[in-house]
Amino acid sequence: MNKIKSLADLKKLKEEVQSKIKLREKGDNPDNLIQIKVSMATCGIASGAKDTMNHLIEELDHQGIDALITQTGCMGFCYAEPTIELTMPGKQPVIYGYVDKSKAQEIIDKHIKLNELVDGIIPVSYKTIDE
Amino acid sequence: MADYKMHLLVCGGTGCKAAQSELIKNNFQNQLAERGLENDVQVIHTGCFGFCEQGPIVKIQPDNTFYVSVSPDDTREIIDEHLVKGRIVERLLYTDPNTKTQISESKNMDFYKKQVRIALRNCGFINPENIEEYIGNEGYSALGKCLDELSPEEAIKIIMDSGLRGRGGGGFPTGLKWDITRKVENEQKYVVCNADEGDPGAFMDRSILEGDPHTVIEAMAICGYCIGADKGLVYIRAEYPLAIQRLKAALSQAREYGLLGENILGSGFSFDIEIRYGAGAFVCGEETALIHSMEGKRGEPTFKPPFPSQEGYLGKPTNVNNVETFANIPPIINKGAAWFSSIGTEKSKGTKVFALAGKINNVGLIEVPMGTTLREVIYDIGGGIKNGRQFKSVQTGGPSGGCLTKDFLDTPIDYDNLLAAGSMMGSGGMIVMDEDDCMVSIAKFYLEFTLEESCGKCTPCRIGNKRLHEILEKITDGNGTPEDLTKLRMLSHVIKDTSLCGLGQTSPNPVLSTLDNFIDEYEAHVNESKCPAGQCKALLQYVIDDESCTGCTLCFRICPVGAISGEKRGPHYIDQTLCIKCGACFEKCKFNAIKIA
Repeated sequence: MNKIKSLADLKKLKEEVQSKIKLREKGDNPDNLIQIKVSMATCGIASGAKDTMNHLIEELDHQGIDALITQTGCMGFCYAEPTIELTMPGKQPVIYGYVDKSKAQEIIDKHIKLNELVDGIIPVSYKTIDE
Repeated sequence: MADYKMHLLVCGGTGCKAAQSELIKNNFQNQLAERGLENDVQVIHTGCFGFCEQGPIVKIQPDNTFYVSVSPDDTREIIDEHLVKGRIVERLLYTDPNTKTQISESKNMDFYKKQVRIALRNCGFINPENIEEYIGNEGYSALGKCLDELSPEEAIKIIMDSGLRGRGGGGFPTGLKWDITRKVENEQKYVVCNADEGDPGAFMDRSILEGDPHTVIEAMAICGYCIGADKGLVYIRAEYPLAIQRLKAALSQAREYGLLGENILGSGFSFDIEIRYGAGAFVCGEETALIHSMEGKRGEPTFKPPFPSQEGYLGKPTNVNNVETFANIPPIINKGAAWFSSIGTEKSKGTKVFALAGKINNVGLIEVPMGTTLREVIYDIGGGIKNGRQFKSVQTGGPSGGCLTKDFLDTPIDYDNLLAAGSMMGSGGMIVMDEDDCMVSIAKFYLEFTLEESCGKCTPCRIGNKRLHEILEKITDGNGTPEDLTKLRMLSHVIKDTSLCGLGQTSPNPVLSTLDNFIDEYEAHVNESKCPAGQCKALLQYVIDDESCTGCTLCFRICPVGAISGEKRGPHYIDQTLCIKCGACFEKCKFNAIKIA
């Protein structure tokens, strides 16, 4: 490790290492962030949810979009795996089915960046116990 | 570099380490590697989360799941269920004792809801052994700001305006202390960090050093810059091995990164820190005794003035601050005086860390804004009294503090209110007592501690406390007289008025505060030869109730001195002249036939 010789060096190092703990900060304040939950039960994993999740993480990181991407259990739409639930800040969550890499890319390009809904939304037909 | 998708934070504080958190961390690492997940999930050993009662703690981010009481056998299930399948392991979640519902996010738990973490901001969040995690979370930016933008006077003014007062107990304004030391002219000055935490049941400073050692290093360097010192010393007790180990690691990393040493950040300012070990004497928390101990002399206090800021370590001007005080400095510099002074009460700004202990459900480490009431701390954060018993008293300020009754539960906690109530802030130990605790015995316990720890230099403390203890012993043995209560009070005042240092001046506080607040218990001991809490063995009698006794002979068989007699299936009796009051029969009786009279 080279010594930090100036304040500018310190700031540079901070920016480099900040991303390492950002994940923890995001988890503490999820409400103002784009949240994506990837359904990762047996059915989801078998249909390639892990690739979808990796693609989402890498692509959003690459484009510099702050988002909280977590995995969750089976949402019950096993016929349409992989499924993801996307919540834009202040909006109702939307569930997409059959999300492979290219679908994920489309969702990022249209829904997340332009706020346009994309085909493939699964209408939610149940109520949760909180409602 | 591995691109981690999840972080698994395992508590590495002393409490959780004692409960095998090291093994839990290793299990996670090995089992993740078995599944090839070591580049997806990062395992981090953090400092104390504060919720020691429910340790070991494991927190998973970014989904913010908080697992409690995790055992090394649970790691496989957490990996298989949570990490691989995304299903929360419900049996390891915290159950709210009031609503009986399970809570997965720590911010929804009563224990964390009312807390504001400034000094503890990094404890349980970063890996204390990795300087980059500290830098990534604003670390060393306050030092950079001072060296780059602020003159020492400007930096001191921010600390003064923030209203920060010493967290070691005295409550002296920190900015003022720095200003005084700055104005004394000398070519050599020192910054000393007092990590000689000695109150029974207190572990605030240890947890900060274990969980976030760099904050103390950064703050000491800022202090050095402000007062004009190039050398810092941390005085830490040798019985804090983990804190010492992490501090040492942090010091060498800071040197390696050029944040300690010559010409820091190209500013021309140089500063380095050494560690000095204490042998665990309570009196060495007093600043003059601490300095003598660092010089290799006997740890005895000397008369002030001269204050250490004038003549301290090796006769040079020395600024002594406590660990928690230092931990508040970087956020104040970063966020400004107005931000800090917006938290707290009129004369006590910011937050205070408390170590909750005693008969309370959530034993642990908490940080609350000044002005929070004792009731909020004990009932909301602390979860109330253990086993549904009644609250009797809370002891604050350690052996120098006092015992407060339920009448003070709604008092907002700050330096001045606690003093007015007959106790003190102290370093932040908070011991909760229930109806089974005898207040005379509690006073005696604290006095035993002071007796042991008195350095013996001045007569009032050395001999006076011994006499106080003898009178208390007499009372708990059942030989006390009403005159003894007057004597206790008089002698206490003499010791307070005539002792040399803070130890002697405050040592009678537990006696005086219990005399003020629980005089009825003292009177019951001396007038009626009774101990209302049933703790003073000499004053209680075990008797067997004829009606309830079934003559099972269990008590007869376990009595170690053969004091119990009686026929099978007939009532038994205890011979009071033989009984040693060990309580064995009382604990064993299945029919509640043995009573305390």
